[in-house]
Amino acid sequence: MSSLVIQDLHVSIGDKEIVKGLSLTIRSGEVHAIMGPNGTGKSTLAKVAAGHPDYTVTKGDILLDGASILEKEADERARAGLFLAFQYPSEIPGVSIANFLRAAVQARLPEGEEIDATAYYKRLYAKMDMLKIDRKFTSRAVNEGFSGGEKKRCEILQMAMLEPKFALMDETDSGLDIDALRIVAEGVNALRGPNLGVLLITHYQRLLNYIVPDFVHVMYDGRIVKSGDKSLALELEAKGYDWVKKELALANA
Amino acid sequence: MKKTSDLDSPAAVELDEPVPTANPVAGIDQTRGDFKYDVAYEFDAGTGLNERTVDYISSVKKEAAWIRDFRHHALKVFRAKPMPTHWATRDLENIDFDKIRYYLAQGQKPKRTWEEVPDDIKKTFERLGIPEQERKYLAGVEAQFDSEAAYSNVKDIVAKQGVIFMNSTEALREHPDIFRKWFGKVIPTSDNKFSALNSAVFSGGSFIYVPKGVKVAQPLQAYFRINAENFGQFERTLIIADEGAEVTYMEGCTAPKFSTSTLHSAVVELVALKGAKIQYITVQNWANNVFNLVTKRGLAHEEAEIKWIDCNIGSRLTMKYPGVVLKGRKARGEVISIALANDGQHQDTGAKMIHAADETSSNVVSKSISVGQGRATYRGQIHIPRRLKGCKNNTECDALLINTNSRTDTYPAITVRGDRNYVQHEASVSKVNEEMIFYMQQRGLTEGQAMSLAVNGFINDLARQFPMEYSVELKRLIDLEMEGSVG
Repeated sequence: MSSLVIQDLHVSIGDKEIVKGLSLTIRSGEVHAIMGPNGTGKSTLAKVAAGHPDYTVTKGDILLDGASILEKEADERARAGLFLAFQYPSEIPGVSIANFLRAAVQARLPEGEEIDATAYYKRLYAKMDMLKIDRKFTSRAVNEGFSGGEKKRCEILQMAMLEPKFALMDETDSGLDIDALRIVAEGVNALRGPNLGVLLITHYQRLLNYIVPDFVHVMYDGRIVKSGDKSLALELEAKGYDWVKKELALANA
Repeated sequence: MKKTSDLDSPAAVELDEPVPTANPVAGIDQTRGDFKYDVAYEFDAGTGLNERTVDYISSVKKEAAWIRDFRHHALKVFRAKPMPTHWATRDLENIDFDKIRYYLAQGQKPKRTWEEVPDDIKKTFERLGIPEQERKYLAGVEAQFDSEAAYSNVKDIVAKQGVIFMNSTEALREHPDIFRKWFGKVIPTSDNKFSALNSAVFSGGSFIYVPKGVKVAQPLQAYFRINAENFGQFERTLIIADEGAEVTYMEGCTAPKFSTSTLHSAVVELVALKGAKIQYITVQNWANNVFNLVTKRGLAHEEAEIKWIDCNIGSRLTMKYPGVVLKGRKARGEVISIALANDGQHQDTGAKMIHAADETSSNVVSKSISVGQGRATYRGQIHIPRRLKGCKNNTECDALLINTNSRTDTYPAITVRGDRNYVQHEASVSKVNEEMIFYMQQRGLTEGQAMSLAVNGFINDLARQFPMEYSVELKRLIDLEMEGSVG
């Protein structure tokens, strides 16, 4: 059983504080959804946890299985079992998905150990079959000229191959088409299991029609202001974010 | 390449498959090449360059009078020509021609069997993997140690087809008629200061003649090794593909790291007669104190095709612009080049395409990578005169900068006259994208591995054109160069 614990996290970019004291605990097997209006720091949370160099943690901590990861480089965090599914994944011209994933798998092997190419491709194709991905897909350059749906497919395939302990899924883009949503949802549902914890970041409730979360949190102004089960998402959908804002204003009054 | 039958999708034949054999391409890995043995040279022209040096070389080689005259004339041209620093780097002024040793050899005849090669030289080449290479897939190999070929062998099956593959010193003795017919015709002595220098003191290099209609299935390979400090290597290569013939030639170069500079100044001439095809592949990885000033040009007759694939890693300064003179109708010329300039290195490379007949076409694709304070320069010259019609040129040059202090320059010179020809030029400069590096790091790659992969991706479309063994080696070399490029 693994755990990802975020403790009173404060994050700034330049002089601007974006995350203002956020705490959250995720355990293996759980799917948490974070929802909230645009600009409340949801994407920042995911990038900070993954170690993006643009952000500064001014207070608080992030613990993976009890150990702080804040001093670790992005690649160390990744190898420790943290995966970020990007909202806008980068193109890597000239590098095929197969070669990229192979380098990523190789990076997880002990120093001096060479990847077994045959076993690697066997595993890759098994995952692709499971996710119903055409075999031609992995000979394409990573994200180069991909449609929105293909980019999502590529992220899910990487997640399947790298078998993280925790996946942070940044799906805040309101422009995601139904096809892309479905791909993400099917992927997460296929990979969901006792060894994987998921943090699903989304703006709209509709993604949660496909992935049923165990916990739902509402993020507003850099903090989690409300937590509940899947019914909270439905309530939000019905009442809108203004409802949360009003409740907050009342509480603070 | 390892492959199993159930893995036949395109992804399984990606070119980064691990190659089970160690060092597939002889000796171009500098970490493997950085060693030397003390060799007792039987022939040594001493230090510095004058008429006596030229006479010494000519006498030792027992050359005909015309060659000796050719050399003396070239020495005059060399002295008369100024350093081309009005357009090229002033670093050229740091070459001290009086401190260079112009001729060093252990013997005058290359050995035909591996056992005959002197032990100290044999050790060098064995360490660099030459004999295994030969057994594996080459049609012939020649290994030059300082001034002369130490070992030369062409497979029987290729020799039976009438293919001549030997070093230039021998070819001048054994095939003077065909040699003289083309020698210095593609690159005249006065072409530039360094072609003149080479013409005065040349030694070694390869001579290849492929008879009419003969297609050499496997590549011929030459390996150039500088072993002595302050040494100048001046090989002279001449390749002639007779009508309809086809040949691929590959060369690899290394030298140990010395504290003083070393000079490599070759002249390579290619002649493709009607309908012939020559492909010339270079992967060089010189130590970073080598001045590498090379003139390479091909002459393509009617419907002939000459393709240069040129990969420049290492050296202090490389100046090299492989060219094709498109002399016959429908001749085709191509230069594919990759240059990687690391700290303290300047890769000044490019291509020349001289269109001299109707319906000729040329293609230049150049990619450079500048790492740290490395500097990459592209110089191109495309020439299409007014009287021609139906000529085409395509030029693409892309530069990738790794660090903020890396440098790249592009100097394309395109002269196209008349309105019946077609030219296309594209150039780009990009910096390694930080979001892309973060993306790769998020998948577990270190920053160095991510950079390396980005660079390999950048050149991937060109690397695919290399023979498999070379592209695998190229990837490894880039990985080595990119180590320590970050932070």
